[in-house]
Amino acid sequence: MMDNIAVNLRADFPILNREVRPGVPLVYLDSTATSQKPWQVIQAMDQYYQKNNANIHRGVHTLAEEATAQYEEARQKIASFINAASTNEVIFTRNTTESINLVAYTWGRQALQPGDIIILTEMEHHSNLVPWQILAAEKGLRLEFIPVTDDYLLDLEEYQRLLALKPKLVAFTQMSNVLGTINPAKEMIRMAHDAGALTLIDGAQSVPHFPVDVQDLKADFLAFSAHKMCGPTGIGILYGKENLLENMPPFLGGGDMIRKVMLRSFSPNDLPHKFEAGTPAIAEAIGFGVAVDYLKSVGMEVVAAHEREITAYALDRLSEIPGLEIFGPAIEHKGGVVSFTLRGIHPHDVAQLLDREGIAVRAGHHCAMPLHQKFNIPATTRASFYLYTTLDEVDQLARGLENVVRIFG
Amino acid sequence: MDDLYREIIIERYKNPLFRGELEPCDIRFEDENPLCGDHIRIDVRLDETGHVKEAAFSGHGCAISQASADLLLESIIGKSIEEIKSLSKEDVIDLLGIDLGPVRLKCALLSLKVLKAGVYGLGVAHDELVEGH
Repeated sequence: MMDNIAVNLRADFPILNREVRPGVPLVYLDSTATSQKPWQVIQAMDQYYQKNNANIHRGVHTLAEEATAQYEEARQKIASFINAASTNEVIFTRNTTESINLVAYTWGRQALQPGDIIILTEMEHHSNLVPWQILAAEKGLRLEFIPVTDDYLLDLEEYQRLLALKPKLVAFTQMSNVLGTINPAKEMIRMAHDAGALTLIDGAQSVPHFPVDVQDLKADFLAFSAHKMCGPTGIGILYGKENLLENMPPFLGGGDMIRKVMLRSFSPNDLPHKFEAGTPAIAEAIGFGVAVDYLKSVGMEVVAAHEREITAYALDRLSEIPGLEIFGPAIEHKGGVVSFTLRGIHPHDVAQLLDREGIAVRAGHHCAMPLHQKFNIPATTRASFYLYTTLDEVDQLARGLENVVRIFG
Repeated sequence: MDDLYREIIIERYKNPLFRGELEPCDIRFEDENPLCGDHIRIDVRLDETGHVKEAAFSGHGCAISQASADLLLESIIGKSIEEIKSLSKEDVIDLLGIDLGPVRLKCALLSLKVLKAGVYGLGVAHDELVEGH
């Protein structure tokens, strides 16, 4: 059965062996916040610092060439992982947030005029709201929002109506980090293109959890982070179609992003380096490449199927707990995220009591305050799953929650 | 192991003695803990000598923040403004009788921050308000 996959893979993740306190093993159910890392990734970064550390794209010595080759090889691996047409379309950033900001500050500043419309959704993470709010204030733009239905899905009829306003951009999450809702990205992108809008996909939760093919989706921009997909923190990707990136002004100015610099002017470097000013996170990029190798070796279809099994089981198991309400759609629209409330018990108390049993969950608004406000819930508790999550861990969560209910009786 | 959820905290969370609103009142302030969205408002009525006659809190939050608000208000009845100004985080920790990590300490201290910001007539509940003297 599928569960065996997680049981076997767990040996690759050293942290999953630790005890939170003596005799209390870790039950890590917070992978939506950040995933754990397999030893292959940790070792690759360690090896880089022990053997190859040098600055890249300059210097002709052996170490610099090795470091450059490894950095660019990582880009190649990631491009292939999302099926980008070219490595020129794969920009290293710090994370999803920086990728989205890059588009807002370059494409947005250049292409948008006062009165232009950007369509977002009510289920966005703050990182796909605030950059557009900042840009809207600066340029006098109008923001419109695809509503979330009572079934926790996007209201596509309302989306169709909003598209009649001729927006310039539709930016939305492919999978909600709170509800777990998987949005019909391909269809939504097609609708946006039919209306003449570009699309930016927040892939922070989708790329780590199921196959994402940018050419199949026809996405114009896709943003995601390494640390949610077995890689290190501090490195992420902005994918953009080459003709768009080509015409965008640079983002940060500095070394590596230039072709030529005079005292009063510069000409920018070619893609992808045009958007990578300064010494990048080299070890992290290499670690990211190995993380992608790791996920490929498991198979993203397998990862997705495993998470579906775990999530279905969690929904069943948790629905038995008195006073527990799931905040999210039915399983057929849902990834491996289960947010919930327990009647009369604050999520912080739930998370704290679970922590006593070594169970790590998240409590709060999960950087999606507007979504919580819409449903009039101050906060939720969130359990999230990944390729190493076992059915047994879900059982431990359920037992932990039963205990919380008992304590607050 | 730890007694974060010892009986008095659960009891005060479920059945607070000082929950409510005072209309009118002499001192009112509200604020939230932006990390978790806990929100507390405190209303205080003084007697003619400037001592606390009545106090009430409203809002929402975890057991730690709600219980600490309830215990804090109980402790200030009859106290002067000067005495309230001299309260610090150690006083709240003593009231709760538990050891708190840095994250939950913020929950526990929200009510004292709100109370002191109200007493000082400040617009914002600064962290410095609860540091010891």
